Amino acid sequence: MSDVLLEIRDLSVNYGHIEAIRDITFEVPQGSIVTLIGANGAGKSTTLKTISGLRKVRAGSIVYDGQDLAKVSPDKRVQIGISQAPEGRGIFPGMTVRENLEMGAYVRRDRSASALAPDFERVLTLFPRLDERIKQVAGTLSGGEQQMLAIGRALMARPRLLLLDEPSMGLAPMLIKQIFTIIEEINEQGTTVLLVEQNAAQALKLAHYAYLLETGEIVRSGTGAELANDPSVRAAYLGGDI
Amino acid sequence: MAFQYVLDQFVSLFVGGLVFGSVYALIALGYTMVYGVLQLINFAHSEVFMFGTFATVWALWLVGADATTAGVALVASLAVAMLIAMITSGGVALLLERVAYRPLLNRGAPRLIALISAIGASFVLSELMGLRGALASALGVDDVLGRYVARSRENLGLPTDRTFTVQFEVLGYGVTNKDIIIVLAALLMMIAADQFIRRTRLGRGIRAVAQDPESASLMGVNSTRVIQLTFLIGGLLAGAAATLYMLQVGLTRYNAGFLLGVKAFTAAVLGGIGNLRGALVGGLVLGVAESLGSGLFGSEWRHVVAFVLLVVILLFRPTGLLGESLGKARA
Ligand SMILES: Nc1ncnc2c1ncn2[C@@H]1O[C@H](COP(=O)(O)OP(=O)(O)OP(=O)(O)O)[C@@H](O)[C@H]1O
Ligand SMILES: [Mg+2]
Repeated sequence: MSDVLLEIRDLSVNYGHIEAIRDITFEVPQGSIVTLIGANGAGKSTTLKTISGLRKVRAGSIVYDGQDLAKVSPDKRVQIGISQAPEGRGIFPGMTVRENLEMGAYVRRDRSASALAPDFERVLTLFPRLDERIKQVAGTLSGGEQQMLAIGRALMARPRLLLLDEPSMGLAPMLIKQIFTIIEEINEQGTTVLLVEQNAAQALKLAHYAYLLETGEIVRSGTGAELANDPSVRAAYLGGDI
Repeated sequence: MAFQYVLDQFVSLFVGGLVFGSVYALIALGYTMVYGVLQLINFAHSEVFMFGTFATVWALWLVGADATTAGVALVASLAVAMLIAMITSGGVALLLERVAYRPLLNRGAPRLIALISAIGASFVLSELMGLRGALASALGVDDVLGRYVARSRENLGLPTDRTFTVQFEVLGYGVTNKDIIIVLAALLMMIAADQFIRRTRLGRGIRAVAQDPESASLMGVNSTRVIQLTFLIGGLLAGAAATLYMLQVGLTRYNAGFLLGVKAFTAAVLGGIGNLRGALVGGLVLGVAESLGSGLFGSEWRHVVAFVLLVVILLFRPTGLLGESLGKARA
């Protein structure tokens, strides 16, 4: 096991003729929180979807735990520990909270009720709100609850690498703080986190290392604090006040 | 108008409607499931059914059933025929998905293109059956089944012509064992399909793809497998419907799928396309309405009644009787 869990090398992804990401290179060390920040359309979601195997790689490589993922199918990627809570939550609206969580463990080899019990316990302890609503149809949850469900569902796969796509989107400041605290807690429990955010201020505070993506290219990188103090980052992404 | 006739014959018309409605409902499930998962009307589903009717006849020849077969032997023959019809229709449905849809959908073709492919596949399948005589002689194969290949564009009947015995009487109308077999078998199949979708892991995978295909992939659901499974289940049910239909009607031909397909599709829309229980309700409502309507206005009005009913219901409930898609349906 190397100390770099995920390594992205010269990765390019196209949508038709449009280059969504171009030659990006970055790495996620084992046990860390790495954040990828950038404006709308910078290519953040495309990067995460490509890591999960939902977008075709045009050039470059993705190496996870020493293994090149080029020929690894999306379901296999979940099995080896890469799990994602997508942008806009992507919960299954017609299923109950419990069924959504069970979907998170869909490809796990040990998915008997007794094997899942500790994972339910962990998720419902992190998100007590979900416990109260375990039988509720997910489509009727509030936005914040849906976000908790999306993260909880991703945890049910017992990931080693958790990909989070804009978990703060559309949430009130109080709730954003709460979600970020929980992300930190998940990380402390041993899960490596790759966090995509537009809410740069919060993400940089949390992250051990950060990359700034601009129109498909990585233009800056550094520790969270370094980027937070970078004048151009402050001007463009932090609105001056942090 | 013949109110008195309808009143006198109410039970008879009603039971006849339930029998046809069960067949519609079984076929409708195939339309509605594929729609739920792919937002695609599988136009060739009617031919999946049609192949099942031929497989039924073929299977009954194979087991040597004829007009003298009775009792346990008859029940066993029918069970074998249904099994073979289900396998045949299920196989045709899988082939259809592989040949007519998957290449298109994998390339990201719009649904309208897939619809054209569906209509094309429907003609191809129907004509393959209708031209089997010409095909067999072109290939130089013998007609092993005697009557099967010859006169391939004409009606083909069951080898057994059973008159069914009355089991009990309701208000002067005898309900036959055939009526009971058809309605019960159809209900059992539908309950099985419904429970499979609701309770099993694979069923949950189908619902996940219907509700959010991209999230489903992120959970590791293999959408190609789910689509195949959906076509397979639809095909199996259409095969079962085919045997029940043959039990009731006794005749089939290469283009027999068309009318049944249109009716089953109507039933699916009537109940709320994408909704499994909607297909059941839609099928039964359509069958009974048609039957009562033809009693009232004469049988030549049968199809008019069916479509007037569809239009009227959609005017008031645009999403069908039960609304909601497979996607949104609760649990
Ligand atoms: N399915 C698609 N087809 C065509 N172009 C796409 C598709 N998805 C994304 N794009 C384009 O690729 C680029 C990057 O999109 P992406 O969703 O990765 O951005 P993002 O950084 O996640 O933005 P946001 O912060 O708004 O979510 C954009 O220009 C977008 O228009
Ligand atoms: Mg995005």
